Amino acid sequence: MALVLNEEQQMLKESAQGFLAENAPVAELRKQRDADSHTGYADNLWGQMVDMGWAAILVPEAYGGLEFGHVGMGQIVEQTGRTLTASPLLATAILGVTAINGAGSEEQKTELLGAIASGEMTTALAVDETAHHAPTQVSMAASRQGAGYSLNGSKCFVADGSTADKLIVAARTSGAAGDMKGISLFVVDRTAPGVEVERTKVTDGRNYASIGFNNVEVSEAALLGEEGKGFRALSATLDAGNIYLSAELLGIAQESFDRTLQYLKERKQFGTLIGSFQALQHRAADWWSQLELCKSIVLKALQAIDEGDVKAPALASIAKAKLSEVAELATNEAIQMHGGIGMTDEYEIGFFIKRARPAQTLFGDNSYHTDRFALLSGY
Amino acid sequence: MNDTNAFRRETRDWLEENCPPSMRKPIKSGDDMCWGGRNYKFASEEQKQWMERMSAKGWTAPDWPTEYGGGGLDRAEHKILKEEMARIRARSPLDSFGIWMIGPALLKFGSEALKQQHLPPIVRGEIRWCQGYSEPGAGSDLAGLQSKAEDRGDHYIANGQKVWTSYGDKADWMFCLLRTDPEAKKQMGISLALFDMQTPGVTPKPIKLISGSSPFCETFLDDVRVEKDQVVGEVNQGWTIAKYLLTHEREMIGGMGMTDAGAETLGQIALKALGAEHGRMNNPLLRAEVAKWEIDGACFALTAERVTDEVKSGHGVGATSAMLKYYGTELNKRRFESLLKVNGSDSMVWDGKSSNGGWLPRTWLRTKGNSIEGGTSEVQLNVIAKNILGLG
Repeated sequence: MALVLNEEQQMLKESAQGFLAENAPVAELRKQRDADSHTGYADNLWGQMVDMGWAAILVPEAYGGLEFGHVGMGQIVEQTGRTLTASPLLATAILGVTAINGAGSEEQKTELLGAIASGEMTTALAVDETAHHAPTQVSMAASRQGAGYSLNGSKCFVADGSTADKLIVAARTSGAAGDMKGISLFVVDRTAPGVEVERTKVTDGRNYASIGFNNVEVSEAALLGEEGKGFRALSATLDAGNIYLSAELLGIAQESFDRTLQYLKERKQFGTLIGSFQALQHRAADWWSQLELCKSIVLKALQAIDEGDVKAPALASIAKAKLSEVAELATNEAIQMHGGIGMTDEYEIGFFIKRARPAQTLFGDNSYHTDRFALLSGY
Repeated sequence: MNDTNAFRRETRDWLEENCPPSMRKPIKSGDDMCWGGRNYKFASEEQKQWMERMSAKGWTAPDWPTEYGGGGLDRAEHKILKEEMARIRARSPLDSFGIWMIGPALLKFGSEALKQQHLPPIVRGEIRWCQGYSEPGAGSDLAGLQSKAEDRGDHYIANGQKVWTSYGDKADWMFCLLRTDPEAKKQMGISLALFDMQTPGVTPKPIKLISGSSPFCETFLDDVRVEKDQVVGEVNQGWTIAKYLLTHEREMIGGMGMTDAGAETLGQIALKALGAEHGRMNNPLLRAEVAKWEIDGACFALTAERVTDEVKSGHGVGATSAMLKYYGTELNKRRFESLLKVNGSDSMVWDGKSSNGGWLPRTWLRTKGNSIEGGTSEVQLNVIAKNILGLG
């Protein structure tokens, strides 16, 4: 497939740009943070997104969705990187939909995907148990109890974990930490007895949670897919998640660049614009070149999920490794080139670095994905 | 659709019948490339056959018009030819600065007479060309060139010195930038002129590089007669053509950042050399270096693809040749630095059979020139900063 957007995808990108700039700019993030917002976004924002159909983009038509595809959704997510817009898009409309669509039964898909598409339900994906992403290391226990299961263990760094209606939890029904086999996925009410949710405040002002599960009883119907065979769907969900985080990081890196370039053309020192200094010009030119690489890999990776490409896992790791590297460069250079004003809370450029790092870290950082890419390449 | 299918079938049959077996083997060194020219010594009878058969169909320059000896293929047909050649791993029948550089410039800027005179011999591999651009005092500042051509009524007399003339000692003709108006502002008084390397007063002298080879010459011009009808385009407007050719050259050199689809990857080479334990290559730091290179290499190849797709679909302007040249050459240099580490002390062995005549250290040293020739990396960054980012 040609590495260009079609007309519909281009239109979606532009309408997302317009909507987000008006309804959820960086100033809104500041407002939410200063108000210590529980969700991290304005009350009516998700409702507006649902009305525009964003919650339904990845849901198949058979379950009440739009089935518009990943390249289109990727354009929206890239724009949310430019405006640093928090919303349930990632945790619900992408991770929730991908996990349920990939592993769920007909009944589960009909019920849960329909509820997501219509905006009635939000989800959060609970995978990691330590500060370092390691999906095969799941040790949280799901033991058979009567007709259902009893869940015991804990999860951390769960994005939207303190607000989501349902938690999609990776737990172990057999095997030991490190095994791919034996991992099962469960859909659990966040408010079920025994679920203890503690909000974690992170640099980006969004809502994350550490969650304890103490003898949480769930029915057989809560099992998503087959017992012990959840890793495949989990892995595909994480690949999608990493590709979308890469799309968001692309938006962050590009916006950091655009704002910095503008500053280089305004700020005067020694009686001249600082953008006339070759030391800064070459750094800006290298940075721009890196962004060109990023655009290509993000688009290719999004296309790979749409096409069911067998290379999607490798492309997901290439994308997340590269975008994490470049987002780090971009947000650091942005502050350095802004000088003192870049260090102030009053100026918006500092918000980009504070969202970039959690986005880089979630589901594996540069080093994790470079290692994974090497393993997938046979070394 | 049927037309292209028919073309593919015909092409496949023709290639099967006409591409000699030894021309379907990977190119191992520069000696396996076919350059053509008056004094060219073919490496084998099959190499000669292959060049002649392909040029008879115009397929040494597939997209040039048939009236100048080219193949006259449209974009879709050209793509099919490339795919079918790749399918049987056919070598390029002719590598030539005529096809890559001066030919496209003549097609775009040359008079009808110049096209008729020069293009058909290029297609047939009869005339080998070299480029006279840089001078001892004009490297990155190419427009500062001083070699001059004085108007003597019906001809010019050229004097000066060129440097970094690729294969100047083996070439038959030179396309050369000469100052035709010493009074004009530096970019304004330059013309692109063509002359035979056998013209009295033209003396190419090979330069030995750190790699031990001599692919370049310095070329002295002493009272060289240049015919007036051999000026390409308008007199004193040569800088426009020079810039066009530089863009072209950058794209070619930038392509070096990509490795052949069929070739062994850096990761595979490293794995073989270093071995693995529990699925991970021994030497974790080198493993990370190799993986990072492969990640950047994949992103670069996709960018080259995206730029081509964007141009085709009429979307945007795409990344410019300056970015591809800058990143592609830096990537190629990194690749060879990694290969050196992967092969340890073996990689510095200068000659002998076991080291394939010192292929690795010599090629590694040659890559150092990639980010200098055709405009240094620093010049490319200047171009990006000024032309794309608008930084004054």
